[in-house]
Amino acid sequence: MSDMATTTDTRLMAGPPSFVQTRPLDPLPPPMKDSGAIGWVRQNLFSSPLNIALTLVCALLIAWVVPPIIKFMLIDAVWDGASRADCVVQPDRPQVGACWAFVIDRIGFFTYGFYPIDQRWRVDVFFALLAFGVGWMAWLDAPRRDLGVIYFFIVMPVLSVILLLGLPAIRLPSVSTEQWGGVLVTIVVATVGIVASLPLGILLALGRRSEMPAVRMFSIIFIEFVRGVPLITVLFMASVMLPLFVPDAWSPDKLLRALIGVALFSAAYMAEVVRAGLQAIPKGQYEAAMALGLGYWRMMILIVLPQALKITIPNIVNNTIGLFKDTTLVFIVGIFDFLKSIEVGRIDPNWATPVTSTTGYAFAAVFYFIFCYSMSRYARYVEFRVAAGDRR
Amino acid sequence: MKRVVIRIALAAVLGIAAVSAASAQTLNTIKQRGVLNCGSNGSLAGFGLPDAQGRWTGLDVDFCRALAAAIFNDPNKVKFIPLTAQQRFTALQSGDVDVLARNTTWTSSRDTSLGLNFVGVNYYDGQGFMVRKSLKINSALELNEASVCVQQGTTTELNLADYFRANKMKLKTVNFATSDEAVKAYDSGRCDAYTTDASGLAGERLRLANANDHIILPEIISKEPLGPVVRHGDDQWLDVVKWVHFAMINAEELGVNKGNVDDQLKSADPDVRRLLGTEGKHGEALGLTNDWAFRVIKHVGNYGEIFERNVGQGSPLKISRGLNALWNKGGLQFAPPIR
Repeated sequence: MSDMATTTDTRLMAGPPSFVQTRPLDPLPPPMKDSGAIGWVRQNLFSSPLNIALTLVCALLIAWVVPPIIKFMLIDAVWDGASRADCVVQPDRPQVGACWAFVIDRIGFFTYGFYPIDQRWRVDVFFALLAFGVGWMAWLDAPRRDLGVIYFFIVMPVLSVILLLGLPAIRLPSVSTEQWGGVLVTIVVATVGIVASLPLGILLALGRRSEMPAVRMFSIIFIEFVRGVPLITVLFMASVMLPLFVPDAWSPDKLLRALIGVALFSAAYMAEVVRAGLQAIPKGQYEAAMALGLGYWRMMILIVLPQALKITIPNIVNNTIGLFKDTTLVFIVGIFDFLKSIEVGRIDPNWATPVTSTTGYAFAAVFYFIFCYSMSRYARYVEFRVAAGDRR
Repeated sequence: MKRVVIRIALAAVLGIAAVSAASAQTLNTIKQRGVLNCGSNGSLAGFGLPDAQGRWTGLDVDFCRALAAAIFNDPNKVKFIPLTAQQRFTALQSGDVDVLARNTTWTSSRDTSLGLNFVGVNYYDGQGFMVRKSLKINSALELNEASVCVQQGTTTELNLADYFRANKMKLKTVNFATSDEAVKAYDSGRCDAYTTDASGLAGERLRLANANDHIILPEIISKEPLGPVVRHGDDQWLDVVKWVHFAMINAEELGVNKGNVDDQLKSADPDVRRLLGTEGKHGEALGLTNDWAFRVIKHVGNYGEIFERNVGQGSPLKISRGLNALWNKGGLQFAPPIR
């Protein structure tokens, strides 16, 4: 025992030979050609002949497209002016880009339509109420989301209707829906369509898979009929044919007709999206739920729908974005939505120039892109959150 | 099942009956409602278009304001309902609007089988040509062998071909799906001339890169009389709309305008006195007050003022009176006398 201890000691005392490294060396940086920006470029953009060719084509495409757009939209753009004279080519201004002065002059009409100027604050309050509600619902960690639901589905709609339509009893002059327009109409139609279509769509999807023949037949007929006709036809029938059959007093408001048409229409599409999700859930889940003694609604609400909706999020968002852009079709029935109010603006002879139309449409494109892209980003975030269980 | 169908059919018939019963007393309905429902265009410069403040402007729009002024003594008691070309007739037939003032061409089929009545012509339109000044052309008859940009599938295209054939000229048409494309192509020099309705040409001209390099030729090659429309079955309302239109033309002819109408009340001219209601009971015969025409001129103006303000020299369109001048000034606007 003691022998062994001594030998160990002497070895320790002697220490390692001086040519042996005691600590590991720091790793060398990877070679220049594989690291940093150059390495990234080599690996991702120039890794193979095909990749090189694609990179060059894309670079050329960008160089060809982007500078003229920036030149038109920003560098040559006209920012202030009072009439068409400021946006036409003059000897001292040979190049005229986007005529933003036109958009600035008309921004009130683009936002509120014919809404009386002294009452427009009501629309602003509505936008604020809506933004608050959407924020509360969309922020998944927000406090008291149960109150948020009550606010979003009961308090806010009632407040908004009173605010926008007016209630002379509390000294809010009434503003008929003919006077609504622009962004206001686009937001109202899109919100109602989106909010109404998901619950309706879920009910229709469940109905279509129901074992009760009457419910199933109704759902199938409704879905197939609505999907079988274009939205324009639905809107057109609602606005042109309906007044011929019902007396004046019964015929609903023109905007309401369009709202109902849009909501029913998107519900039919949503139903098929949800049905796809329902069908993807293995039969074992249903059987397990039934074996636990859950009734139909509890099985659906607690077990099946959470899983089904989770896997259909991309499609639901797809539908929602489609619906947001379809709202532009309400111009068919003489409602001035955002896009139509731009179309009307570009006809105005006070602003008629070769660039007016382009500017108006560019502005519309930016507007729709911001909304649709935010929806898409938000959906990615929700997908990531609800898929946390799958990543374990 | 059968009973349900019958019931629905019955409801529909009753509904239609209710609508037509209501339409027999349009004027009373409007007075009770307190506002005139006017079917308008909404997107035609000079005729019906909202401005930056969301206020309606245009020749047709001002006609509806004149009607409201005659009925209510307030030109703002009118609700403008924008209608598309497809919607406009059903909206009028169903009672959604009381009058349609939406640059509608007067044709025989619309006046008869559609169940409508045209009250008159508030704008004589027709197809015209725009060319570059540098071509040094002063008449459409010099357009032989010219290439013409035109919108495809329209009556414009057919009228163009007819006109060239009738005048034994050679034509090269360049077709486009939309008027926007046609204008762009003309502006970039793909054609010598561009053709559409003359009222539209004035607006399109402003969209060209250099508006002053282009002129509109004097020839009008088709007839497009545009006017307000009411539905069949209510002669009293037809009379009201018709005479408001005539009163504005008579006022211009008699030199009564927005500025001098108060002084004209003291006029000794019997025509002016009958127009302004200081003599006779012509307003009561229409179901209005006797100063109905005075209200129209006071609040809105005479025909010439409305024309100049919306499409003429007072507007960016700068359309000359042409066919729309008074009959005694070489145009076609003529109104029967008030007496």
